[in-house]
Amino acid sequence: MTTLTTTIPQVAAKRVTPLATLQQTMTLAWRSLVQIKHNPWELLDLSIQPIMFLLLFTYVFGGAISGSTGDYLQFALPGLLVQNALFYTLSTAIGLNTDITKGVFDRLRSLPIARTAPLSGRIIADTVKQVWAFALLIGFGMVLGFRVTTSVFGLLGALALLVVVALAMSWMAVLIGLKASNPEKVQMISFSTMMPLTFTSSALVPSDTFPSWLKTWSDINPVTHLADAIRGLLIGGDVGSATLFSLLWAVAFAVVFAPLAIRAFRSHV
Amino acid sequence: MTYAIQAEGLVKHYGKTRALDGVDILVPPGRLLGVLGPNGAGKTTAVRILATLLRPDAGTATVGGYDVTRQAHQVRSMIGLTGQYAAVDEMLTGFENLMMIGRLLGMPRADSRARASELLKRFDLSDAGGRATKTYSGGMRRRLDLAASLVGRPQVLFLDEPTTGLDPRSRTELWSVVRGLMADGVTVLLTTQYLEEADQLADDIIVFDHGKVIASGTSDELKATTGAQVLEVRPLRPEHLPLVGEVLTDVLGEAPDLSGGRATASVHDPAAVPVIVRRLDDQGVVASELALRKSSLDEVFLSITGHRPEDEDTTEKEEAFA
Repeated sequence: MTTLTTTIPQVAAKRVTPLATLQQTMTLAWRSLVQIKHNPWELLDLSIQPIMFLLLFTYVFGGAISGSTGDYLQFALPGLLVQNALFYTLSTAIGLNTDITKGVFDRLRSLPIARTAPLSGRIIADTVKQVWAFALLIGFGMVLGFRVTTSVFGLLGALALLVVVALAMSWMAVLIGLKASNPEKVQMISFSTMMPLTFTSSALVPSDTFPSWLKTWSDINPVTHLADAIRGLLIGGDVGSATLFSLLWAVAFAVVFAPLAIRAFRSHV
Repeated sequence: MTYAIQAEGLVKHYGKTRALDGVDILVPPGRLLGVLGPNGAGKTTAVRILATLLRPDAGTATVGGYDVTRQAHQVRSMIGLTGQYAAVDEMLTGFENLMMIGRLLGMPRADSRARASELLKRFDLSDAGGRATKTYSGGMRRRLDLAASLVGRPQVLFLDEPTTGLDPRSRTELWSVVRGLMADGVTVLLTTQYLEEADQLADDIIVFDHGKVIASGTSDELKATTGAQVLEVRPLRPEHLPLVGEVLTDVLGEAPDLSGGRATASVHDPAAVPVIVRRLDDQGVVASELALRKSSLDEVFLSITGHRPEDEDTTEKEEAFA
């Protein structure tokens, strides 16, 4: 009882400075990325499916759909890039959900750090992974014969557009990650939304042969716009309206899901 | 500032369930408070409120003099939390886990490194420090988890069932670590379902049941609350046991429990013991064991709550994440 004043000294900071917030965010981004060092397969885990699709679609359906595997690869790779980027937002949801179920999220929240750092750190890390996956698929595609026929600016533009749309989509991933009861459920929810979304678009096949009701949906489907835009940026063609619609969709996603995700996050914080 | 932890009238509902129903907690600096109670009694909810992870529906709480809702940031900078689950990043090594916390707390890189190594050594994890923690045993993870909550040298430490699911050896190891922290003057709030744990470690104990504090005091005070001591008599020859039972019933006015080859009965007046000994002698019964002891916390718990602490074994998971 006599040591009261010595055991509990004054605490200096009342809140987190912007610089500290940035440093905390980078530390948590580092944390998500350094995992790759211990588990290099993690990246491949998420890339193996698009590579499998790339091989299967190119060599099984390619001839039937486009008349030649080479033509089909040229058509489908941009679509596969889109599919991959959207599936990749999954890793944000799974990572977040794993942190919550394992208690790591609580540990972070009990530390005197910026409330947003656990979220922003993860999203930065996942963006880095997006870039890596993009490079991997483009590289693998080029080995199989894919060629960027526009320019390096088209390539960078495609990457930038994918990253922006993926960031907007990650709000949905964050919401799922916060709300789902376990990582397996996250996987299930994400898979059963992403799969139909990408298949009912022009990402993997030209939508001309769709029945009219499906064509109508496909023309609205954000994946169609995004795939068309990426295709235009990589192999030429009209990019203006597709890019515009993609960005509008991204804005719509962010406007709808960001407040919901932030509310779910707040109730956790 | 009189108390390191001070809570008044904490209330928390989950739907219709009252996880906390008006709880008061006081812990003077440098003391260890044991919060004892069965699963679902509200222990974890109380810890989560005090550790700023959950807002109470009613009531106030301060930790180190700071309000847990209005001055949460200051509270966070002086607390450490070890939960029921070892909250370590399984993909990182032990060293990286500790290093990350140091960096998050704003320690320079070199200091974070030094602190991580120091803690790994202290918790006997130096050899495993370079391995991903998913390869660790349960006991190692708990130790790392505790180490992680100590990186920032907290003055108040919350240990929420730190030994649940640990084997006896790891449990004893963790106890000695906690004793070491006590020696450093850290204030600790420890929740446990294990009466023995509270008995071993806690200066003061409060007993939770159904979201309420139903008893509080030191271990000895609680044991005295039943007002009874326990007499155990084991006759040398087992066939004498019914005879022992008769004598005890006769003297104490209450039938003893006859199991395991011995008779066990509550004794409110120690003067009854010489009487019993004389009567047994008269009957020619030789006791191989005759002991008068304080009630164990187990018996205290039973007498206060009407049920044993193990009774409600399955309900706390929902509380932990609600």
